[in-house]
Amino acid sequence: MDLLDKFDATTALRESLPFEKVDPFTVVMDEIVSETEAIIGGRQTILAGTNNYMGMTFNEDAIEAAKDALDKFGTGTTGSRVLNGTYSGHKALEATIADFYGMDHCMVFSTGYQANLGMLSALGGKDDYIIIDADSHASIYDGCAMGNATIVRFKHNDVEHMEKRLKRIPEDAGKLLVVEGMYSMLGDAAPLKELLEVGKAYGCMTLVDEAHSMGFCGENGRGVAEELGVEHLVDFFVGTFSKSVGTVGGFAVSNHPKFDVLRYASRPYVFTASLPPSVVASATASIKAIQRSGNRRAHLWENARQLHAGLKEAGFHMCTEKAESPIVAVHLPDPMMGTKFWEQLLMEGVYVNMAAPPATPAGIFLMRISVCAQHTSAQVDEIIRRFKITAEKTGLELNP
Amino acid sequence: MAQAETIEKICALIAPLNNKGVELSPATTFAVDLEFDSLTVMDLVAEIEDEFDILMPLNLLPDLETIQQVADAVEKILSEG
Repeated sequence: MDLLDKFDATTALRESLPFEKVDPFTVVMDEIVSETEAIIGGRQTILAGTNNYMGMTFNEDAIEAAKDALDKFGTGTTGSRVLNGTYSGHKALEATIADFYGMDHCMVFSTGYQANLGMLSALGGKDDYIIIDADSHASIYDGCAMGNATIVRFKHNDVEHMEKRLKRIPEDAGKLLVVEGMYSMLGDAAPLKELLEVGKAYGCMTLVDEAHSMGFCGENGRGVAEELGVEHLVDFFVGTFSKSVGTVGGFAVSNHPKFDVLRYASRPYVFTASLPPSVVASATASIKAIQRSGNRRAHLWENARQLHAGLKEAGFHMCTEKAESPIVAVHLPDPMMGTKFWEQLLMEGVYVNMAAPPATPAGIFLMRISVCAQHTSAQVDEIIRRFKITAEKTGLELNP
Repeated sequence: MAQAETIEKICALIAPLNNKGVELSPATTFAVDLEFDSLTVMDLVAEIEDEFDILMPLNLLPDLETIQQVADAVEKILSEG
């Protein structure tokens, strides 16, 4: 019995997609010209499919701090946070994030994925319940699978559907409600106020993942909960350094007085090496820069609105009515058109993410575009223009 | 073994999703016979939960391959109150 035979259906599905020149799953960025441009296959390409929302990957302070840490502390820690892997930089980063969120405690994980694994698997014990949105990121599903709690799922952003389920959970059971501030595929925000108020009314502790909203939502860039003024309803925030912060790593913050015990109880925190000192230093510098980045935030939102309005006016089928985030998603009718469109767009010199089921909700096929605070208005216009050319060349019907 | 009434109720919830017109029996499987994808399964689970006023936790789903198995699970959850 060949253990890889079970993936034959996956291989068949991939091979059925009609790519001619390039395959979205094997794109290589040969050179990174700037936050917004790369050389792909010899072509100068506008990057409009990254998570570099705040354009921090070339932030001078962050690069300087990383180089300095590399010189002083070396390339890696070679150990767990609870053994030899906690350096002064890790503690300084945790203090910086706790300060950024105005909370008492912070734990830094080695990736954002592990932050969710670590929090959910530790918090969800055998007799507890974890209540999740159906469109949750894979890290939330995997964190649930890793723990022992009973997992209850409600329809995406549907407060009534969630409440019906909360009613059926034993009143005295431990309950953790897990939602995201912003959902990464369609770029749609959660009705956090309603979700969290109902969750609290049923005695839930609450965890909000602000991976795709930290940096640009809310006055200080803490996320959707800050934007909506409901941070007091959140027991745990989870976030990442691999989007707005521009490097890699994850974190959780909380005011819970017993929070620090998770440093021993959370296996994805304990049983992995800590982040390299250079990454930690650049994350710290980047978060401090984000705190001072009011203008950059404003420009990012302008870019998002300009892109959404331009594509909508051209007659593309938009996934959200207006720009709810720097993620702007365009709906395409089927996989054939989706693959053709994505490929042609890359030939025109624009990279976006092609998203297909099962990564997308409701089995839809889409072009996920994301803008960066460092995109100029002219670049955004150029993205719109090349979308129109691509629609013409691929025969995509537009409805202006 | 689940009662006929439970199976009937579940079949009634499946009917609108049964685009291939597969003949339903207790042995009908969701993945192979009905060719339901994970999203359709999710909708169906939500319908069953509301019909019987129960929770069908995500942890349970991998073991439920046939209509009979779902009906048995529903009755077990109901009997455990």
